[in-house]
Amino acid sequence: MMYGFTYDTSSRLAYALSILPILGIGLIVTLEAAVAGFVFALVLGLAWSLLRRSRIRAVSWGAACIVEFIRDTPLLIQLFFLYYVLPDYGVILPAFLTGVLALGLQYSAYTSEVYRGGFDAVPREQWEAATALNLSRFRIYRDIVIPQTIPRIAPAMGNYAVSMLKETPVLSVVTVLDMLNLANMIGDRTFEYLVPLSLVGLIFPIMTTLCSVGIHALERILPKAGVALR
Amino acid sequence: MNPPLIRFTDVNKRFGPLTVLDRFNFAVQPGEKVTLIGPSGSGKSTVLRILMTLEPFQEGTLTLGDLSYHEPNGRGPFMASDKHLRDLRKNVGMVFQSFNLFPHMSVLRNIVEAPIAVLDMRRDAAEARALELLRLVGLLDKRDQFPSQLSGGQQQRVAIARAMAMRPRVLLFDEPTSALDPQLVGEVLGVIRTLAHEHDLTMLLVTHEMRFAREISDRVCFFAAGRIVEQGTPERIFSSPEQPRTQEFLKSVLTGQG
Repeated sequence: MMYGFTYDTSSRLAYALSILPILGIGLIVTLEAAVAGFVFALVLGLAWSLLRRSRIRAVSWGAACIVEFIRDTPLLIQLFFLYYVLPDYGVILPAFLTGVLALGLQYSAYTSEVYRGGFDAVPREQWEAATALNLSRFRIYRDIVIPQTIPRIAPAMGNYAVSMLKETPVLSVVTVLDMLNLANMIGDRTFEYLVPLSLVGLIFPIMTTLCSVGIHALERILPKAGVALR
Repeated sequence: MNPPLIRFTDVNKRFGPLTVLDRFNFAVQPGEKVTLIGPSGSGKSTVLRILMTLEPFQEGTLTLGDLSYHEPNGRGPFMASDKHLRDLRKNVGMVFQSFNLFPHMSVLRNIVEAPIAVLDMRRDAAEARALELLRLVGLLDKRDQFPSQLSGGQQQRVAIARAMAMRPRVLLFDEPTSALDPQLVGEVLGVIRTLAHEHDLTMLLVTHEMRFAREISDRVCFFAAGRIVEQGTPERIFSSPEQPRTQEFLKSVLTGQG
């Protein structure tokens, strides 16, 4: 029994149906981790890309080095580091939060590159026109540049969202009770892994397909000229 | 004579090994309408871009009213702080060859954006002023359109209204009609002509429209190789140019324009 649901191992179909509600609870955790991680990656990636564009040499170099380092280390090591090493220094984070931070951190390195490409694609003349109107750098980014990058970066960001969704099962290694972890635990108790793991394996492509369809729809409705943020 | 509003003194501007302005001296009186003519690469547009703080320069001094383009105690040419640059830009507006409207904003939003953000105008006041300017440029009915829905001439008229909304003392026109189809040039020149009647507005115009320059300018400056080779009233420059280079240039452009 798990979360109040009992396993029915009389047949494979009955087994599958009986554990679906349990996996559903894990699915919610998986989706929460993916959404929270991706929002964090979008925000942190934007911060990296802005720091890299800083006119202060030390700041832009520092940000570039950090981004490169994050990108070049495996997600699993970052996850272990946050979960097992940080507590030695008094920073104890819950498993779920650790997972979200690790996913977000890793993907912020990717999204910062997407932002960078998006910023570079905004014509220099747009900067000049905004400067001639005496807008501050903050206003230029928020009201002129970022709105014009949104339709350009949406496809690449969508790919990373799907890709991050697929990577959420690594959180199970730091005890997050996501879908994969629950499937494993069900297997541990019933000594029957085929059905729970197959179900998880099927649910992922369904989710990523839905996600891709949503992203394509979003790309179609985004005005090509840009999205005014206010 | 009043003290000049704009004064370039021995300004040198280089792009790498290329000298664009060569010990350049130039002064403009408040309210003066000056046209800069000359072959491409002679430094006309660079003068405007330096005034708009879009380009640094290497040596010399430039002042606009009481403000220097070098901040007092600044670290060398053009190393002024953002705040100082923004104080300078308050006085200057610019109209670009390629219009450069913000494509994701309606016509009205293009015009009110900066007055609200920079001049702290209330939205209703900014919009009232924007509608007044749209009436002036004859595009009141386009207020809710987006730039991509307008012709080049209409876009440039909106760009002029956008620049005027910031109430600049100096308005710079960098080849405002060069990117336009011939049949659209007239409507843009018409708007510039209207502005030329504004007594207080100082205008610097880079153009190849010689007849228009003759009509609206107080003074015409002929540029060659990073300097002003010859300047004077339009009548004098166009009717009896003294320098051989001016004569040659005018002959080449005027044969094209009939």
